[in-house]
Amino acid sequence: MKMKMKKTKREAMIGYMLISPWVIGFLVFMAYPLFFSLYMSFNKVMITPYGIETHFLGWGNYKDAFLVDVDFTQKLFLFLKSNILMIPIVIVFSLFVALLINQPIRGRNLFRAIFFLPVVITSGEVVQELFSQGAATIPIVEKYGIITMIQDNLSPGMAGPIIGIINQFILILWYSGVQILIFLAGLQKVNTQVYEAAAMDGASPWVTFWKITLPEVKPFILVNLIYTIIDLFTNGFSDVIKLIQDNMFKANTGFGYASALAWIYFTVIFAVLLIFVLFFRNKDQSIRAARRS
Amino acid sequence: MREIPIDKQNQQKPDKRARSLSVLYKARSLMMGRQGNDGWLMKIIIYILLISTGFIYLYPLLFMVSQSFKNLGDLLDPTVAWIPRSFYWENYVQAWKVLDYVKTLGSTLLNSVLPALAQTVSCAIVGYGFAKYKFPGKSILFGLMLITFVVPKQVIMIPMFLLFKDYGMLETPLPFIIPGLLAQGLRSALFILIYYQFFRTIPGALEEAAQIDGAGALKTFFRIILPISVPAVVVVFLFSMVWHWNETYLASLYLGNAMTTLPLELKTFNDSFKAMYTGSSTVTDVNESIRMAGTLLIVLPLLILYLFAQKRFTQVVDSTGLTGE
Repeated sequence: MKMKMKKTKREAMIGYMLISPWVIGFLVFMAYPLFFSLYMSFNKVMITPYGIETHFLGWGNYKDAFLVDVDFTQKLFLFLKSNILMIPIVIVFSLFVALLINQPIRGRNLFRAIFFLPVVITSGEVVQELFSQGAATIPIVEKYGIITMIQDNLSPGMAGPIIGIINQFILILWYSGVQILIFLAGLQKVNTQVYEAAAMDGASPWVTFWKITLPEVKPFILVNLIYTIIDLFTNGFSDVIKLIQDNMFKANTGFGYASALAWIYFTVIFAVLLIFVLFFRNKDQSIRAARRS
Repeated sequence: MREIPIDKQNQQKPDKRARSLSVLYKARSLMMGRQGNDGWLMKIIIYILLISTGFIYLYPLLFMVSQSFKNLGDLLDPTVAWIPRSFYWENYVQAWKVLDYVKTLGSTLLNSVLPALAQTVSCAIVGYGFAKYKFPGKSILFGLMLITFVVPKQVIMIPMFLLFKDYGMLETPLPFIIPGLLAQGLRSALFILIYYQFFRTIPGALEEAAQIDGAGALKTFFRIILPISVPAVVVVFLFSMVWHWNETYLASLYLGNAMTTLPLELKTFNDSFKAMYTGSSTVTDVNESIRMAGTLLIVLPLLILYLFAQKRFTQVVDSTGLTGE
């Protein structure tokens, strides 16, 4: 008994020792900056030759962001509008590609290599460059007048985001590399015997997908949702992030105001994350209920 | 491993059945397949889908290559779509000079390889601790670790900037290396998770045997666990390096004007070009072809790396089981 006690204690000691770099790193590079930036967001921060001077403002910075700053709310809204639609598209598309590559086909490795290539190149600058040179739109789309068709048939509020998506279609695809991998991992964990049994019972591929594949990859959809949202919203490609950085070095706003903007942005991302996860959970339950009945 | 016999079964079964069953059934199974993915009609559809999406994927890259070899005449001529009349290498010569390629490549490597090394080692140790040892508060710490993935870098960036400034680490690669050493920094939570999943698949008997032989925890880890974890290590290193390479947002903040990386140079490409070529009679202005050549030069090292390590990148699925159960 005593020996065992000693052993678990020793094990815990070693465990703490192994994760201690992370704990220190967490305190220094995560917890401290988080608290400090929260503190700064309630202050006017001035960098003087003698150090940092803070002047308490209460909710002042936050009020300014919504009531005084014209740019911020507008850019935040535009950014959300154009990006929220991208999330489901990335998820659906990456699942689609993962299903395709998971088929027993020739040249599977080659296709895998192609679909995963963007992960290597997608840096903000390079993507932006390609985008501005028109390499991110498929020429066929323009040729057949799909865009004018959408403009003619939909209200401008609806047409705007859809056209935006068509224009950046390749970009959207390029953001799905990691997601494809995660889905592929999920698909490969499905026991192949289940498919065989389904085929024996005469289930069509369509039914097999909805009844077997989709429930099996469901946890991976959640993982991908979180990954996609974080990836899209923090990649430095967004105008909001640029605005935060601009405000950092402006004399009349400074670090305090920039911190407040960053926290608002964080809250918005978190809200989006929560909405998607909750929506997904709800749907999950209703599907389950439907299957039971 | 499990897949291979099943694949064989699939190929053999239709033959056997088709011989014994009616012609109608044979035709149907040829077209549609028994499981929906082994008939030729389905196969053709899958290949068409794969090739067309594959083309869309490669389109920007092909566009970039094609564009970068065009001279001004080809660029303005609408009849020249993909293949330029002559391969015009001058674009690359100019872009090479504008980027100050060798020097910039050096500093880019410094800012990506060193942090990646630090992150690969530290995240492995932490992932091992989480995967194999029980200690009070583990689930809370693990949860905290996962939450850090969701915190956008914009929120903590300002205090970090001030912190690094206080310690005089700005304008060096240290702001990337030091968090890396402490299992923080770019997407560390993801890397710890990859390791965590991988180490959990290693049977505990292996470590017990080593411990009976008198090896300590760290020795066991470095001598026994790490050598058999090469796939996970390589995957994490490659990801970390690529992501650090492509990081421009923090890089421009931390490095300031003292150091520059290839993706950062793209931002100032036009200005550097003008500064270099103003007044010379041969070149008038920067054009798309030169910019595309520059862009290609910037991603070229990554493309070469990918060419060699492509299997390793996709291996993350097979060997590490990225997300686990």
